[in-house]
Amino acid sequence: MRKVAVVGVGMTKFGPSEKTQVEMFAEAALEAIDGSNIETRDIQALFVGNALGGFVEGQFNIAPLLASELGLSADTPSNRFEGACASGSVAIRDAFMLVAAGYHDLVLVGGTERCTVMGTPMATRTFAMASDSRYEEFNGITFPGVFAMVAHLYSQKYGIPLKKLKERMAMVAVKNHKNGTMNPLAHFQKEITVETVLKGFMVADPLQLLDCCPFSDGAAAIVLASEEVAKKLTDKPVYIRGVGQGSAGPLYRQKDLTVPAARVAAAKQAYGMAGVKPSDIDVVELHDCFTIAEIVASEALGLFEYGTGSEAVERGESQIGGRVAINPSGGLKAKGHPIGATGVAQAYEIVKQLRGECGARQVKGAKLGLTDTLGGDLATMVNIIYGI
Amino acid sequence: MAYPLTHRQYYEGLKAGKLLGLKCGKCGAITAPPKINCLQCNGADLEVVELSGQAEIKTFTVVRVPPEGMTAPYVVALAELAEGPWLMGNLEVADPGAVTMDIIGRKVTVGHKVVPADLYSAGEGVAVTFSICGSPPPSGREAVKKMIC
Repeated sequence: MRKVAVVGVGMTKFGPSEKTQVEMFAEAALEAIDGSNIETRDIQALFVGNALGGFVEGQFNIAPLLASELGLSADTPSNRFEGACASGSVAIRDAFMLVAAGYHDLVLVGGTERCTVMGTPMATRTFAMASDSRYEEFNGITFPGVFAMVAHLYSQKYGIPLKKLKERMAMVAVKNHKNGTMNPLAHFQKEITVETVLKGFMVADPLQLLDCCPFSDGAAAIVLASEEVAKKLTDKPVYIRGVGQGSAGPLYRQKDLTVPAARVAAAKQAYGMAGVKPSDIDVVELHDCFTIAEIVASEALGLFEYGTGSEAVERGESQIGGRVAINPSGGLKAKGHPIGATGVAQAYEIVKQLRGECGARQVKGAKLGLTDTLGGDLATMVNIIYGI
Repeated sequence: MAYPLTHRQYYEGLKAGKLLGLKCGKCGAITAPPKINCLQCNGADLEVVELSGQAEIKTFTVVRVPPEGMTAPYVVALAELAEGPWLMGNLEVADPGAVTMDIIGRKVTVGHKVVPADLYSAGEGVAVTFSICGSPPPSGREAVKKMIC
């Protein structure tokens, strides 16, 4: 296998947008292409994460339309990847494998999604389509509902009173909103307090409004290159050191939702390929679609012991400058969550962090970064380790 | 290989007041809802059996912001059947908004409700419901087993 590097990145501002999925993608893609010191026609394949295009714009098969929009040649394959909220990371992993295998030298990978125009009821319905349509959707499960059940299970399993757990969950939101104020592309740019979180309306007990990430619009893109090509294009290549992807069944089959089996498996693959330990990681962008989601993810990734993730937040260990910076971009919680774009936006942040280009939110001396992206019923999990 | 118990047969069973599952001839584990092979060992020697309908609540939420087409609040829960598998269901209580963590560990009985088709559901569906043992199900709903727990 060849070494593979990210040579350029691009991203739109996340948040409500009047632009189409194609327009948002094209803006992010051209930024990534320009930053890679290549021409659009140099791209050999286009992989895009996009989950809800059929519902929000009546648009299936968006990939060749994106290729055409950018002016890629007719012999460029273009594929859409759908892994719910992990779509973008699934696309990155597959692109990585094809470059590593020697099949392609330069691949454009991105994600684009519009959510806000649907409004909350329809967006809630379409997101819920990533649960089991036979044995869960008819119960009216929602994604806040899924992670609300995780929170109750977590409180019960570890004997942490719900009131205490909710305060610590609120601290996740406070931290990520603070980080978001330092990210000009973040959906939310305002600091909040634990009190504000605990005063929000209830979405799905025990998750209140600010325990939840927003519905966002946005796009992100990166260019992957073989090591040989990367060295000609940039003096700051960021290498993909390890990748992992796991799959698991619907919630009712998984039982202990506090330890998602697919994430444990994906992380093991990624750490194994990279030859590193969780304690080696300097900066993490993980799937904080809800505050409790950050806590359970930080444990399954091996960053904190099981049952101690909420205490770690309270002690400030996951702040920028703490033991391991988690979601310096603001995460899904504050940066926003245009779902097909999310995994690629995580890659964008880690690449910028490892290049030392993050300004006020820079994690000093970061050399090794990890992304973690979750799709569906804790069902699709992708972990990618980046290093310089 | 043909399904020993299809999705359709499983939900027709629920509508007839029976909770059906699959018993593995190799490892003895019970699979429910149905799958093409055993959830424990992937064995394909499966026999259709009627399950007790007795379960215990493991976790829950009160959904207050519903998807398009649903009316909140309502309770979604995961419960462990006496035979081992977990099911997702709606806890049928008079005041869904008042349910708290005290519900975890409570014994429930499995029932069902028919959910009408919407644009995206490929026809009508049958959702599992849970009734707390010792309290009758809301009117118009039949528990799979009469309150024997």
